[in-house]
Amino acid sequence: MFSLDLLLQAVVSGVLLGGVYGLVASGLSLIFGVLRIINFAHGAVMMLAMYATYWLFALLHVDPYLSIVVTGPAFFLLGMLIQRVVIEPNRFAAEHNQLLLTLGLALFLENLALVLWQGDFRTVRPAYANASFTLGEALVEVPRLVACAGAVVMALALFGFLRLTDVGKAIRALAEEPEGAMLMGIDVGRIRAVAFGIGAGCVAVAGALVTPFFYVAPDVGESFNIMAFVVVVLGGMGNFVGALLGGFIVGLAESLGATALPGSLKQLVVFALFVLVLLFRPAGLFGGGRGR
Amino acid sequence: MAAELAGGLALGLLLVAPPFLPAYFLEILISVMLFGYLGAAWNILGGYAGQFSFGHAAYFGIGAYTSTLLFLRLGVTPWLGMLAGGVLAAAFGLFAGYLSFRYGLRGPYFSLVTLAFAEMLRVVAVNTKAVGSSLGLVIPSREAAPVDFVFAGKLPYYYVILAMTLGAVWITRRLERSKLGYSLRAIRENEDAAEASGVDALGMKLRAMALSSFLTALGGTFYAQYFAYIDPSITFGPAVSIQGLLQAIVGGAGTVLGPVVGAFVLTPVSELSRAMIRGRAGVDVMVYGLVLILVISFLPNGLMGWVSRRPARGRS
Repeated sequence: MFSLDLLLQAVVSGVLLGGVYGLVASGLSLIFGVLRIINFAHGAVMMLAMYATYWLFALLHVDPYLSIVVTGPAFFLLGMLIQRVVIEPNRFAAEHNQLLLTLGLALFLENLALVLWQGDFRTVRPAYANASFTLGEALVEVPRLVACAGAVVMALALFGFLRLTDVGKAIRALAEEPEGAMLMGIDVGRIRAVAFGIGAGCVAVAGALVTPFFYVAPDVGESFNIMAFVVVVLGGMGNFVGALLGGFIVGLAESLGATALPGSLKQLVVFALFVLVLLFRPAGLFGGGRGR
Repeated sequence: MAAELAGGLALGLLLVAPPFLPAYFLEILISVMLFGYLGAAWNILGGYAGQFSFGHAAYFGIGAYTSTLLFLRLGVTPWLGMLAGGVLAAAFGLFAGYLSFRYGLRGPYFSLVTLAFAEMLRVVAVNTKAVGSSLGLVIPSREAAPVDFVFAGKLPYYYVILAMTLGAVWITRRLERSKLGYSLRAIRENEDAAEASGVDALGMKLRAMALSSFLTALGGTFYAQYFAYIDPSITFGPAVSIQGLLQAIVGGAGTVLGPVVGAFVLTPVSELSRAMIRGRAGVDVMVYGLVLILVISFLPNGLMGWVSRRPARGRS
């Protein structure tokens, strides 16, 4: 049952999905780094982006990958709007209240989608949806490969943006030393909005990348959200490279768990990993994060 | 004085009025009481100790499954099963709490780990044939047998949950004036300072955890008996965890009556929104999300906090 072929296949699937987890988690990590908020609505925003991709495909026949040109910037702006309207006014609220704020946002968005579009599973299947090739004994589905590559490219681009541009440097300054950043004349409110916008943009891209091989439904963001929490805790809260590496680890753990365990017990592996890391390495496996 | 009078009047109405209510309103009132009860149970750990659990579904589910399995497999009356479920849930709560608190998980990290524990139980329940897997468990319909927690009609269930809710409120009131209550509030405001002043933070938080999870499990048994059906996503799913927390936050976390007040506001709001937009699932939860955002933004201490902050008349 546990043959080498199966193992190889599990590794390939795990790595490919891991890239996407990495991108989703990068956005979550960035938001945490700058705003000090664990954003429960991250997955819900991704879900909205997947619906946007779906409707663009279903109504206007826009290719899911091409739709990123529209949804990416649109969700960046939506993220800024959410931050300005919902989160910024409460930035001095108690930590747990900020957490509940994003929880409320997640409940609202998820059920808004349920009210508007019902719970049906919808799919986006462009011509290349079933394209695949074999790598040794393992099957590689092209859309999954594209999703992983696209996610990694996007994450690296973001990394470059944070390192090289003035806005990026301001974001890092704010994450590291909020008061110092303010004293240096950084427009803190604007940078916070930009950070949330980038986080939303990340999940918009990730959402578009997964729709060719995933389904779209109101609660589709939940599983990505939980995965992103696991990844971010694993990689270290606010640690950007850690998020990308953590994505691959969680992707691998999930798909190896699926090979070894029957039914949906694979989720147990991920949750167990989550609890263990939270308990023993709350600052993340790679350090640099801020635990506890 | 006025507050006592209003309280007495409200209690009198809750005791006397229900037999004369139409079935629909009685059902709503039962929901109000159940959610108020769950809120009160959550409030002990979340409101007083400031430990925001996002995973109270774990204890609710343990309560529902323990009493139901004991009854279906061994014929043990759910009244006893209820206590067994409560003890088991408290044991699990102590286990999860000890791990979390021992390793210093605070704030959002505690919330995340409790969520993970509840989800793990849900996944286990879904994948375990012996507990009915994802199909869940049905309590077969039988003749009314009060000994087995089965009643004819809804009214007796109402009085059971009313008694449970009053009990939880009474416990909270006792707690508020006990050493435990003072310690928990000290921990909530500043854990390091509390420990420096000699409060055994770990022990106190564990006591709050045990009490809160025990009470939540009793609610799970009530749910199972009232609806005669449970499954993993109903009992262990995140929705249950959110329900309890929501009542307490909206009504006022860390206040005696907050959770019940929250339930009296939220449940009718949810019923109204469902009645206004018919045939669309999710409307009520969408409104809950909106209410949560609005309450955090404009009444961060909940309805009770808002009431008590108004110009003081008489004692606070």
